[in-house]
Amino acid sequence: MCLSIPSKVVEIDEHNVATVDTMGIKRQVSLDLMRDEVGIGDYVLIHVGFAMNKIDEEDALASLAVYKEILEAMDEEERRRSIEADDACEGRA
Amino acid sequence: MSLQLRDLYEGFRDAEVIKALSKRITQESEALREPLHVMEVCGGHTHTIMKYGLKQLLPQNIRFIHGPGCPVCIMPKERIDHAIDLSRMEDAILCTLGDMIRVPGSKGSLAEERAAGRDIRPLYTPLDALKIARENPHKKVIFFAIGFETTTPMSAALLDAAIKAGVENLFLHANHVLVPPAVDAIMADGRAKVNAFIGPSHVSVITGSKIYEPLPIRYGTPVAVSGFEPVDVMEGILMLVRQKNEARCAVEVQYTRAVSREGNTKAQALIERYMEPRAHFRWRGIGDIPHSALRLREAYAHYDAERVFAEHLGNEPIDDHKLCICGTILKGLASPKECKVFGTACTPSTPLGSCMVSSEGACNAYFRFAEV
Ligand code: SF4
Repeated sequence: MCLSIPSKVVEIDEHNVATVDTMGIKRQVSLDLMRDEVGIGDYVLIHVGFAMNKIDEEDALASLAVYKEILEAMDEEERRRSIEADDACEGRA
Repeated sequence: MSLQLRDLYEGFRDAEVIKALSKRITQESEALREPLHVMEVCGGHTHTIMKYGLKQLLPQNIRFIHGPGCPVCIMPKERIDHAIDLSRMEDAILCTLGDMIRVPGSKGSLAEERAAGRDIRPLYTPLDALKIARENPHKKVIFFAIGFETTTPMSAALLDAAIKAGVENLFLHANHVLVPPAVDAIMADGRAKVNAFIGPSHVSVITGSKIYEPLPIRYGTPVAVSGFEPVDVMEGILMLVRQKNEARCAVEVQYTRAVSREGNTKAQALIERYMEPRAHFRWRGIGDIPHSALRLREAYAHYDAERVFAEHLGNEPIDDHKLCICGTILKGLASPKECKVFGTACTPSTPLGSCMVSSEGACNAYFRFAEV
């Protein structure tokens, strides 16, 4: 019941009801619980027909950037390890 | 670079990132002085952990203990019986959300009542109850409201809308429960070997991370409030490992793209306006926990199904099927596989206990995602 996935706001009507796109599916949600102004293109979390809050885009991008760094660091570590393993085999002909 | 909707799904489910985090956790957990027993309080996290096989990606010294955070699982039979009794009243339409309809009480489930001809309607949103009330002015429309802090503001918003619209044939049966008292009850019991918490995602969106601040102080346990995606959960675990290794314990938020310390204050104000703590609420399998649930304030008693239709409702506590160990599971003291009827007499299509019904229930998640 709690597994709400992010959705993009595509339309807002005069009753404070937004049309959102959730993985290609369009749904209507109430914006009555939203404290901040919501605009077209914003990402929101939906729960039982209501938007609960906006997703902080900058923050999400920052997290994704951190994951990219972790992947790169892992890659480098792995490369270094395989070189070291290779160095350890100097004795071979 | 601008954020794409796709990034929000895929970026936080990326198998490579999960693997990289798993390696980090494995490396850093070598320094742990004691095994990490992480309670993921929320059933949504239990679901993610099972679905993505996160247990298998963690070292031996990190274990999950599944918590009580599934709103369907903790509903005691006598409350489900209330729903059934209300649906049997003359001219009644009973509405509720999601899996609630399949949970067995002592008189069967709402689904069985519906098959027997009662007007019982599963809703997509609480607001639909208002629409139904308006379309059926001569009927009593009862919204059987369930859920943790995440779903409470939506019930309050429904009441708010009903009052503003002057609708008087809509009633709420409030079963809104609170996370902190339940966690306190489990920790005070002392038997669950929990020494770290993954804090719920969407409860925290509403309440803010501040509600967990007493936990590190009272129990010396670090808390990482994490999102529901597998990358979120793994990063949360890494944060807990680091806190332990640095001998710190604090509330940290991994899910910063959605959770602030203060939470959604507008939603909180709406709850405050219409609801108040109950002195007592019985949790299925766990028992009575003081101040662990909400009810409508006295001023709105005429919208409260429990007060208005009190003469139809029983109040005797009703215990679970004697083979069912949901209670022990909800307290973090057993795993579903320890139940004798798990996967045999009790399956998602023939649930004996509530933990098998909801997709957030531990038994259901084990049944669907683990090799049975
Ligand atoms: S498997 Fe069924 S009977 Fe056993 S604890 Fe889980 S819900 Fe209860």
